[in-house]
Amino acid sequence: MIVMRLKPIAEIREMVSRHRHVMLVGCNTCAAVSLAGGETEVETLLETLRLASSQFGPLTKFSGAMLQRQCEPEFVEKLDLESCDAVLSLGCGAGVAFLAANEGVPVYPALDTLFIGAAKGMASWQAECSACGKCVLGYTAGICPTTRCAKGIMNGPCGGVKDGRCELGDRDCAWVQIYDRLEAQGRGDQFGDLNVHKDNSINSSCCEWDMGPKAGESR
Amino acid sequence: MSFRDALASGEFVVTSEVGPPKGTDITEMMQAAEALRSRVHALNVTDNQAAVMRMSTIAACIHLKQAGIEPVLQVTGRDRNRIGIQSDLLGAASFGITTVLALTGDHVVVGDHKEAKPVFDLDSVQILEAVAALNSGTDLAGNELHGTPELLVGAVVTPDANPIKPQLAKFDKKVRAGAQYFQTQAVYDAQNFLGFMEHARERGAKVLAGIVVLRSARMARFMNKNIPGIAVPPRLINELENSDNPEQTGVTIAARFIEETRDHCDGVHIMAVGADHLVPLVLDAAGIGEVAQ
Repeated sequence: MIVMRLKPIAEIREMVSRHRHVMLVGCNTCAAVSLAGGETEVETLLETLRLASSQFGPLTKFSGAMLQRQCEPEFVEKLDLESCDAVLSLGCGAGVAFLAANEGVPVYPALDTLFIGAAKGMASWQAECSACGKCVLGYTAGICPTTRCAKGIMNGPCGGVKDGRCELGDRDCAWVQIYDRLEAQGRGDQFGDLNVHKDNSINSSCCEWDMGPKAGESR
Repeated sequence: MSFRDALASGEFVVTSEVGPPKGTDITEMMQAAEALRSRVHALNVTDNQAAVMRMSTIAACIHLKQAGIEPVLQVTGRDRNRIGIQSDLLGAASFGITTVLALTGDHVVVGDHKEAKPVFDLDSVQILEAVAALNSGTDLAGNELHGTPELLVGAVVTPDANPIKPQLAKFDKKVRAGAQYFQTQAVYDAQNFLGFMEHARERGAKVLAGIVVLRSARMARFMNKNIPGIAVPPRLINELENSDNPEQTGVTIAARFIEETRDHCDGVHIMAVGADHLVPLVLDAAGIGEVAQ
């Protein structure tokens, strides 16, 4: 799923303080599962902003709503903004952008979108994918070097590995893990041949991006 | 004798390194280079070392070249994409700077511009491939060059890496990608290094042993704890601890390492890390005289 986290309240307040009535919109898919934009988080943020607004003024009114997904027309169509003059989205960047494209009022992000990850434990996610557009997991034993290696390098561990850990100190070395898993699966010989030149052109232009005026037609 | 000729002729190669200044004043860098001139075949010029922004490596190399000192251009993939790297290599070659060392580069978060974009479009192996392409008359995209450089390219290896197997697998890739010589991370355990040299020799690789002179037991412990790929054996730490003159002992330890390994490798790369004055002392103690000019 896409993993997000709440922005600092001060930053959110700053963004919406000029508005009279702000609609907080949760997103019941990734954002809810990553405990950043579900019903509970919308309720909590509503209370927090009401309290902050009453203390620091000028007074802004806050309402709340939930969408199943902010990134699909059939759900977004159901959003009733009432008299709101702004939206505060508790969705990922795609949700914010899609609401902004489809609603007539300013839309602000309440969350920072972090990565595509898997649930590691209770309220804990591990980054697994960077949506680079050229998946190499088949060669790298299911461990993404673009995501899990701090440098995103493609040929093995750099000189910064210490006792199997990345020198940044926050993770195991992805390339040591790739080497070990390839060995454990009896395909250690693949390590030497592994050398992917990143194709950054995919991230600059691909038809599925639908950046052009005829967006939506390319598929 | 040039670095290239020394390496080819089998002469014991000596290199060291200087860091470009943070600013435009090259006085200190040139003084350090002058002090080493007669003792080294070439001087590495670091590329925004430790991700700390400094003067351009190529500019610093040109200053050395103009002073008649052979520079080794360190090239990392941290700050430039494949266009920038190839372009810089051609620019360097146009100034006669043709000895290159390919590195991945330290991550920006360890440096002084932590919010910079870490590029890493090419890693060290792929920089070697870029050099091979340029030397063959094309760029990485296959376009023909007008004027082909003759770059001598090396890479780095960490013989004391833990774990060692992926490190050696990457070393093998660097050999296959055309690395014509290697510099190692600082090494202290001669037996371990000789074991690594057997691996390197089987692949026909030329290797300069990395030397960082220990100045105290504290420094040794600090490096063991904080610098990836460095393993100072406890017996050396004891030796430093029990010494009345740890700096002299550090020089002795470095010289002893060189004596024990010099018949099995191709030279040494001495990293002064803030103690330039110790480089000639180590070479003297190891019985390595001035290089033939």
